[in-house]
Formats: sequence, C-alpha cells, structure tokens
Amino acid sequence: MTAPRPQTATTIDLQQVVKRYGSHTALDSVDLTLAPGELVALLGPSGCGKTTALRCLAGLEDIQEGRILMDGVDVSATPIERRDIGIVFQAYSLFPHMTAAQNVGYGLRMRGVGRAERETRVAEGLELVGLAHLGERFAHELSGGQQQRVALARAIVTRPRLLLLDEPLSALDAKVRVSLRDEIRRIQQELGITTVFVTHDQEEALAVADRVAVMRAGRIEQIGSPEDLYRTPANPFVADFVGLSNRVAGIVDADGFAVRGERLPVLGAPALGAGVALVRPEHVRLAATGIAATVVTSAFLGSIRRTTVDLGDGTIVAVQHDASEVHEPGDAVHVAFTGAPVVVEPSVDHGEVAAA
Amino acid sequence: MGDRHPVGRGRGAGQLLGTALGLTPFALLTLCFLAIPTAIAVGSAFVGDDGLTLDAIAAILSPTVLGSIWASIWVSALTAALGAAVGALVCLALLGLPPTSLVRRIVDAASGTLAQFGGVMLAFAFIATIGIQGLVTVWMRDALGIDIYSGGVWLYQVPGLILPYLYFQIPLMVITFMPAVDGLRAQWAEANASLGGTRARYWLHVGGPILAPAFLGSLVLLFANAFSSFATAAALISQGGQIVTLQIRGALVSETVLGQEGLAGALALAMILIMTVLMWGYSLLQRRTERWQR
Amino acid sequence: MSRRASDVAPAPWARWTILGVVGALFAIPIVAMVEFTLRTRDGITFDRWTALAEGLASGSRTYRMLGEGIAVSLGLSVVTAVLIVAILVPTMVLVRLRVPRLQRVLEMISILPISIPAIVLVVGLAPVYASIARVVGSSAWPLALAYAVVALPFAYRAIQAELRLVDVGTLTEAGRSLGAGFTRTLVEIVVPNIRRGILTACILTVAIVLGEYTIAALLNRIVLQTALVQIQQADAYASVIVSLVALAFAFVLLLVIAIAGGGQPRATQPKAPKTKKDPRA
Repeated sequence: MTAPRPQTATTIDLQQVVKRYGSHTALDSVDLTLAPGELVALLGPSGCGKTTALRCLAGLEDIQEGRILMDGVDVSATPIERRDIGIVFQAYSLFPHMTAAQNVGYGLRMRGVGRAERETRVAEGLELVGLAHLGERFAHELSGGQQQRVALARAIVTRPRLLLLDEPLSALDAKVRVSLRDEIRRIQQELGITTVFVTHDQEEALAVADRVAVMRAGRIEQIGSPEDLYRTPANPFVADFVGLSNRVAGIVDADGFAVRGERLPVLGAPALGAGVALVRPEHVRLAATGIAATVVTSAFLGSIRRTTVDLGDGTIVAVQHDASEVHEPGDAVHVAFTGAPVVVEPSVDHGEVAAA
Repeated sequence: MGDRHPVGRGRGAGQLLGTALGLTPFALLTLCFLAIPTAIAVGSAFVGDDGLTLDAIAAILSPTVLGSIWASIWVSALTAALGAAVGALVCLALLGLPPTSLVRRIVDAASGTLAQFGGVMLAFAFIATIGIQGLVTVWMRDALGIDIYSGGVWLYQVPGLILPYLYFQIPLMVITFMPAVDGLRAQWAEANASLGGTRARYWLHVGGPILAPAFLGSLVLLFANAFSSFATAAALISQGGQIVTLQIRGALVSETVLGQEGLAGALALAMILIMTVLMWGYSLLQRRTERWQR
Repeated sequence: MSRRASDVAPAPWARWTILGVVGALFAIPIVAMVEFTLRTRDGITFDRWTALAEGLASGSRTYRMLGEGIAVSLGLSVVTAVLIVAILVPTMVLVRLRVPRLQRVLEMISILPISIPAIVLVVGLAPVYASIARVVGSSAWPLALAYAVVALPFAYRAIQAELRLVDVGTLTEAGRSLGAGFTRTLVEIVVPNIRRGILTACILTVAIVLGEYTIAALLNRIVLQTALVQIQQADAYASVIVSLVALAFAFVLLLVIAIAGGGQPRATQPKAPKTKKDPRA
C-alpha cells in the first residue's frame, strides 16, 4: 500500500447558492462549508438537489446566485477543466477505448505530465485501489466494482483539490457496495482529500461521512455528524429519511408526547395537539407489561431480531430486540417505549397511522 | 415456423430434429436465392460453348471493361467519402438533441426514405433539377449567367452520377452512423472536462477514437452501396457500359453477341472479388479495435 | 462566458446552420420535381395531377401498366415483409436458444447480401427464375423470395438490435414454466418484446421492395419501378408525380411510425431504484 501523501487539503464554501431550471428551483439558497480533508455526504431522495449541488461544485452547471469558494477564492465562473477536481460518476464513465492504465493516466496527460512520471503515478494509483494487476484491461473486461475502482484511481491520481462522488456505488451489487464504500473512505482519509459524496442510501451516507447533509426540495434540511442526525433529527423528514422509524399517533402537550398511557420526551418544540411521533425500533422493547400487541412478522437479522407488532388498531410498530427472544406471528405480546426523545410531526389524520 | 416442439420435453434427438426443422426455411431461402445464384453467376464465368474456358475472364482485361471497373471504383469511393463526411456532420449536428425530439424524428424519417431513394425516381429528380431544362440549370443560366453544361452535358455521363449518388449516400450515412453518435455517453465528456481536457482534446482523444470504427464501417457500407448501385445509372445512362453494373446489363441483354456469354459472370466475379478485398481490408482494420469493442 | 468543455454538443448556431444548409440542398431536387409537374408555358397548373388520377381511375391503356406496377409492388412489399419476418424471427430465436455456436454463421449469412450486388444475383437468378417460371408462369410474385434475400441484412440488423436487449432464454423459460410450447412462447412472449425491431424490419423491407428496380428489370417483371421507366416515354409527368407520391408516402409512413413508436430508448445511465428500507423487512 502506498504511504499517505501529505497534501494541503482544500476548504470548500457554498454561499447562498441558487440554481434554477426554468421555473423549477433545484437549489434554493444552499450554504455548505467543507473543512479541509472532510467527507460530506449529500443525502436525500430523488430530485432533492443533491446531484445538482455536486454538478454545480464540479462546474458542470452554472449557478444563478451565490458563490462557490475553494480556499476562499470564488470559482463560480471557473470552467470545469480548470477547477482541479476529480469526479467519480455513477457508472460507465471509463473511456471504453482505453485500458484501465490509460484511463488513469488521462488526467495526467491533460496536465502535460511526462511519460515516466505518468507511468509511476498510474501504477501508484492502480495499486491504491488494489488493481495493480489489471492495468491492461479495457473497461468491458472489468467487473462493475473494478470499473468504479479504476474511475476512482483516475479521479484521484491528479491529486485534485476536491473529490466528487456521484452515487458511485448505486449500480453495484450489495456486497461490492459495502466493501468499496469502506475502501473509498480509507483512501479518502489516507489522501486527506476534501470530498463530497452524493447518495440516496442513508446507510451508505452514515457509514462513510464525517458529516451528512440531508436535502429536500433544493434545501439542506439538516447537516451534522451521523450520530447527531440519527439521535437528534431536526425534523420529521430527517428522522424519517435517516434510519428506520415507527409512526405512532398521540398528543403533544406541555410535558411531552402522550401515547397509550406513556409519556415520551420530544425533540424541538412541536405544535401542541394531535401529532405523530417517529420512534426508532430500538426505542421500543418487548415487555412483560405495557401496550398489548399482536406479532405480525419477525425477522432474524443476525445479532438482533426485528419483530413487527400490531398495537390493536392497525398501528404497526417494529421492535428491535435480542435475537434469542423468538415470537411467532399471532403471539400476544406487550410492548413499551424506552423513553428516548422523539420527533413529532403534526397529525394530518388521526386514523391514518402507518409504518413508514 | 410451424414446428411444434415444446422447449422442455423431448430433449436430445427430438429436439435436434425440431431445431433442424425450424432452421430449414431460412436455409432453403438463402440456399436457393443467395448461394445458388451467386455460384451460378461466378461459375458462368468459366463456362463457354466448348466447356470450361477462360475467355470471359480474359475479356475483362479489355480497356473498355477495365475502364468501367475503374469508373465504378472511383465514383463509389468519392461518393462514399463525401457522403460519409457530410452525413457524419449531420449526425454531429444532431448530437445533444434527444431522439424523441421532432427534428430528430424528421431527420430520421427523411433519411430512411432518401437512403432507399434510387433508380428512375432519383434520375427524374436530378433531370428536373440539373437536366438541360432543369430548375437549377435554368436559374443559374438566367440569374447568374453560369452555364453548368458549357463543357458538355455531363449529367448523363459517369460524373453525372456523383450528385444523385450523394442524394442517397448522405442519408444512408445518417442512418448507419447516428446510433454510434447516440452511444457517446455524457459521462465521457464530463470526465474529460473534469480531468482537465478541453473540447478539442475530447474529440481528439475520446470522441473521435470511439467513433472511428463506426465511421470506417459506415464508409465501407457506403462504398459497397454505390459500387453495387445499378438502377440510378441505368436510368441516367441509357446506352453503354460506363460503370461495371452497366457492363453486366450490356452482357446480359446481348447474349447473342459472340464471346459475351460468360462476360456477365466474369464481371460478377470481379465485383465479388473487389468487395471481398474491401471487406478483408476492413476486417484487418477492425481487428485493431476489436478488443475494446463489444 | 464560453461554453464549458463538458458540453460537446454543437452550439445552436452550428447545429442549425448544418441542418439548414443540408436540408435546403436536399429539398432542391424535390422542389424541382414538383415544379416540373406544375409548370407549363401558361403558368402553374394541377392539370397533370388530375389527369393522372383520372387516367389511373379509368384504366386507360397508358396507365394500366402503371396501375399494375403499383399494385404488384404494394402486394410484393407486404408478402416480402411477412415472409422475411416469418422466416427470420424463429430462426434467430432458435439459434440463440438452441445452437448459439451458429450465431456467427447466421449473422454472416444474413449480412452477406449487402456485399453481393443485386446485379450479380441477377446473373445467377435468371436461370433459377427460368425454372420457377416453367412451374408457376412468369408472374411477379416469386420475386418476393429474391427480395427477401435482398432485404435480409437490413431486417436482420433491425431485429438483432432489439433481440439483444431481451433475455430470450429467461423469457422462454418463463413461457415454458407456464406450459407454453416453443411456437406459442415465440408468438406470445418473444415477439411482443421485439415488436419495435420487427416493425423496423418491415418498414425497411417495404421501402426496399417499393424501390427495387434491378432484379425486376432484368427479369422482365412489371413492378412499380419498371412501370415508371416504361411510361416515362409516354408521360414523363406521370412518372414524376408517382415518384413524388411514393416518396411522400414513405416519408409519412416512417414519420408516423417513429412518432407513434415512441423513439428508441436513450443510452443513459441506469438509475438505481429509489427504495427506502421498510422497517418490517
């Protein structure tokens, strides 16, 4: 493995960035700062603006308002080929008529790096992604995961100031996805490269990022460490999008959230009255006494089991518990809340309470 | 076609028989209407009144016949090159328009129509355009004072084939080359730019090399298309054998003339040989790109 | 600001200049043909168009052959299209499923007619058709067989392009598991999945048959193109008018089918399904 290359990492600053397509606002006054060497994941559902944000950072799209700063210098008007960035696309971005090594060397060629140095750096790059032996292969002779590794090597071998990853794992198999995800993180930390990672997969975002920015409708709903996002989501959207949540109806009053005779602390200051709390499966437990429920399904997940129960009125709640405790569908059980703080959204309809 | 054998049952002999039966219509069709006619055509080159002979092959070496073969080659090469260049330009002009856009559809439909537009209809079109009383001829003479036929009427000679041939070569290029242009992925251009490449560098190092095999393949197709073209030339050039296909017509319709019996076959053989050499050269070139192409 | 390097599509002005100039040049011969049929010493008139329509309707001697040629060519185009699809589709599917090693051979044979000029075929087809004529007479219908060979490369490529995108093996397995035989699976499951390719193959075949001259002329059969040449001397205007109508017919047919067919799927990156994890999972 190559020794970490010391590198002066870059600070990235998006200030009040606005991007519109016709009447559609894809980015609505986005502010985002990346510390040198930091990996920030942009997470959100399809159409939330995360890819647009990445493309604006790359210089693939113009922005209408605001500024993009790299190390304090406004690059909003700098064309992509002079921004000194590396991009890994979702798939199919390798030049098909070049070998893996030629692909990796392309950026160096564009920068006029001499042949000898180019070869050394290409070899280093390929070794870094674990493909030193496949340099002479063409793209279609490589697996999907290998192609993405080559794309990664191609993006970092020029030592760019900013690395942009646009859903780099979403076209891959689940197993490859996890291993490559961890490898991207290792390489990124080794090189200390400031990185933006766009994904719609919350698990992926939580696993790789220093901080995660959850986006919706062109805005950043919340940005924080994976732990912050999971434990103290700023609003129901974030709670819902990050991690699994049960939706349980109840009443918000001055003392918290009243549900089925129990009282839960709330995050933030939700409106008083009827509401729906988002409760994590690990914050519900099977108990000897408590709310009567009937087991619907029970799934073995390795170290834990996740059992879904019906609270009697159609409200389905997932409960996470020790794998040794086994319940069959139809079993009568009791559940209780652990008392962890919850996010509450105003109730639209009392009757409609479903698991997300 | 009508074979009824369930895929799952009767593996082995029964399935083999079914497969063989299923392939029979295709085999019969290509045997009777492709293999046998080609064999007859080539074989007739060596058959004379007194059995096997090389007279017809020798007849090819006459200056008139060699001249017609040469004329066919240069007209085909010229119209293929020009057609490929202009057609590729049109394809590149369409780059970036989605295939569902109206302009794309109109160009696609027009190309599909005009690529098959040949023969007497095409001859009419060009007689009406650049015939002696043609629209363009008259307009250029009256408005610009240019007589396009000051050096003689060339429309009914070999050079007169160039413009009509381009009229189907360019659309054919658009049809055959457009899928390759559509196959250029946006990510390649974006990757090139993100790696510091300019647009010129993109076409030089990425777009150009990726399109090159398809361009070459289309060029060969265009040459073959013009080389085998007969109807347009027959409609414009009513007498004589200025190009090789017209020579074959001459040999076929005047079989009473002594020594002509095998000439049609010999010319057919010559055409096949030229096409074979072309295809062989093409496959040599293609082998170089085979590894990265799927 | 100049366009960014990632935007490799031509600038609008370049795009429209190229398309405009080429389009205009291609329009000139068509305009010249229209003008030819309309202009007389006394100005513009539609007389020749109406005269042709009346002539065809009344079946007068001059136009009888033209009418026959049109009818035969239209009939031949349908017969040839049906023939080629009925032979080619089962063959391609069968080869793919049962004898994949023949795939290269099938492709080679199917593409071969491109490199064998029609006039070369004619040299050898003359004896073949002479023997056919002894059996069924000198009608034009057997031409469909030769035309099927001429259209073979185009039909093959159109169907192959579509077939490549379909997992025939799995489809057939699925059909089989539901109890359908090969023929039934082919017609009810494979064909609907490649109907765009079949449609393209049919259109190309129709266009080729309507435009074919070489084989018909040298075998002395009356089809559209040979009839056009025949009446050219008697009525040049009729020939040009029919040519224009044939062109317009083909163009409109292609355009309507392109628009109705919904265009080819674009070569874009596959989007990963945007699924969220279900807590009950």
